[in-house]
Amino acid sequence: MAETVLELKDLSTHFFTDSGEIPAVDKVNLQIHKGEVVGVVGESGCGKSVTSLSIMRLIPSPPGKIVGGEINFKGEDLTKASEKRMKKIRGKEISMIFQEPMTSLNPLFTIGNQMSEAFRLHQKISKKEALQRSIDMLKQVGIPRAESIVHEYPHQLSGGMRQRVMIAMAMSGDPEILIADEPTTALDVTIQAQILDLMRKLNKEKNTAILLITHDLGVVAEICDRVVVMYSGQVVEEGSTREILKDPKHPYTQGLIKSLPKLREKQQRLYSIPGTVPKPKLGRVGCRFAKRCEFAFDRCFQADPELISLGNNRKSRCFLYEEKESGVESDVNSTIRS
Amino acid sequence: MSTPLLEVNGLKKYFPIRSGVFGRKTGEVKAVDDVSFSVMPGEILGIVGESGCGKSTTGKSILRLIEPTDGEVKFEDRNILELPKGEMRKLRRDMQIIFQDPYASLNPRHTVEKIISEPLLVHGMKNSKERKERVRELLEVVGLNGYHATRYPHQFSGGQRQRIGIARALANNPKLIICDEPVSALDVSVQAQILNLMEELREQFHLTYIFIAHDLSVVKHISDRVGVMYLGRMVELTTKEKLYEDPKHPYTKALLSAVPEPDPDIKKERIILKGDVPNPQNPPTGCAFHTRCPLAMDICKEIRPEFAPVEDHHFVACHLYNDKQ
Repeated sequence: MAETVLELKDLSTHFFTDSGEIPAVDKVNLQIHKGEVVGVVGESGCGKSVTSLSIMRLIPSPPGKIVGGEINFKGEDLTKASEKRMKKIRGKEISMIFQEPMTSLNPLFTIGNQMSEAFRLHQKISKKEALQRSIDMLKQVGIPRAESIVHEYPHQLSGGMRQRVMIAMAMSGDPEILIADEPTTALDVTIQAQILDLMRKLNKEKNTAILLITHDLGVVAEICDRVVVMYSGQVVEEGSTREILKDPKHPYTQGLIKSLPKLREKQQRLYSIPGTVPKPKLGRVGCRFAKRCEFAFDRCFQADPELISLGNNRKSRCFLYEEKESGVESDVNSTIRS
Repeated sequence: MSTPLLEVNGLKKYFPIRSGVFGRKTGEVKAVDDVSFSVMPGEILGIVGESGCGKSTTGKSILRLIEPTDGEVKFEDRNILELPKGEMRKLRRDMQIIFQDPYASLNPRHTVEKIISEPLLVHGMKNSKERKERVRELLEVVGLNGYHATRYPHQFSGGQRQRIGIARALANNPKLIICDEPVSALDVSVQAQILNLMEELREQFHLTYIFIAHDLSVVKHISDRVGVMYLGRMVELTTKEKLYEDPKHPYTKALLSAVPEPDPDIKKERIILKGDVPNPQNPPTGCAFHTRCPLAMDICKEIRPEFAPVEDHHFVACHLYNDKQ
């Protein structure tokens, strides 16, 4: 297996609000290997974005704070890094792109201006050279007439083009890891296909590892090697993309996949998970999903399940798999498939 | 065959672009440009397309929430575009709309009771006790509880708010509901709940829906027939089975091939379209899709293809098929 470039160990990020402390990210463990595409999936409020912002140390403080755990990036713990050191890392070693490219680009500066800034921050080059490199970068991400685009402002570009500019900017420092937070959610399907294609290409050519934050399991199937499923601030399941989508273990993942309308199948009625996602709360005992889970038993409400290793890099946070010997698992699987 | 509940013929909506000191008209955006279709009673017609294709404007023009520029909208054989305002208001009892954003379409200062009883009051249910009763009944129909009536919208989750929006639309027993991206803002697990609810309600109250969405899987799940729009025009319209199994228009093909599917075993030939949707202020000549079409011919640049049937109940606007006739 390739070397690990980023490892989160029991990372916890809490928000301190008027209504109390909220454990938005609760002891999350995650590894990203060199050149790997890892997807973090979950519904709104599950902590996937807060996880990615924590890695970049971009959590607004107050109210947010990393209260525990480590973020190991090439042997360095980023939770302890100084702001000065983080500035060196952001954009150079770890880059990030966001959902809405319009809000991440400054409307008052030209594309070339903003891209050159990224170059000149990390490398000692002249303005002219920086602009030339910006043009080269834009060409690499498939922007037509790059020479004239550098002189245009963000509002003159379409959503898909802006996201390409953001990717070009993020890739300009040749980073080890690209964190993409819902990069295609605001885009139309045909444009989404273009952007995913581009990300796949960059991943292959430059061997950049990608951490993709998304709610869309379809996007995950397109591009990810490995998937981490989050629910209410915790990782509930982990495995290869194929395993997660074809043979989900955690009842939440199973429910999520079953509730998707499929393009190729005829479904009479959609499966739906009852209830809504609970807000993370401090001091909650029991499995976060227990209330909505159709397999929940007494223990699920009384103790916190651990992330149980199922071998082959599969993990699931569910008591059902602890009692494998008693034959519960086969029961569960047959019920689910029926 | 029964008569259609709704017939739309040559619907057009051009938005003027005004500029300068006197606000003179300097151009127009053809948001909806000559769209025709019909909806049978009890049917769900899906309309899909990317942002800016005019699907929402079409929906709102049918209800005259936006006054169409031209065309004909026949509801139960009456051309509603000619109706005076008062008559139109009465007719809206039969035609309702559900919006995308349940956060924005409910007044935050009103209780749920007030929100749902407003349409009842407007359409003549004067007795407040009767209204209260009806609100409670409606809340239960959409899977909420009677005691929710005294709460405010912010006390509900996104899915629950969408249920309130649906209850409001159902208040006066409408015949047609236009659903404008009703599940786009919701999480997957909640989306499934709402889609199921909408299907149940159709059965229960014999409703007809026009379901507008950008998500092709969702539209496929719920619709009987599906229309695909591109740049203000309907490019293909047929039953969902035909559309998803045998799409004719190159745009529909590309659109379907671009949908990411949550199954690693599906290997499909991906058609990645080049470029973006052109500016509707200055649409391409001829077929609006010719600038991105992998199969464009010379004729496509000059003559706008007609929206014509190529098979039974399968309408396509493309020269590839029109020529063969």
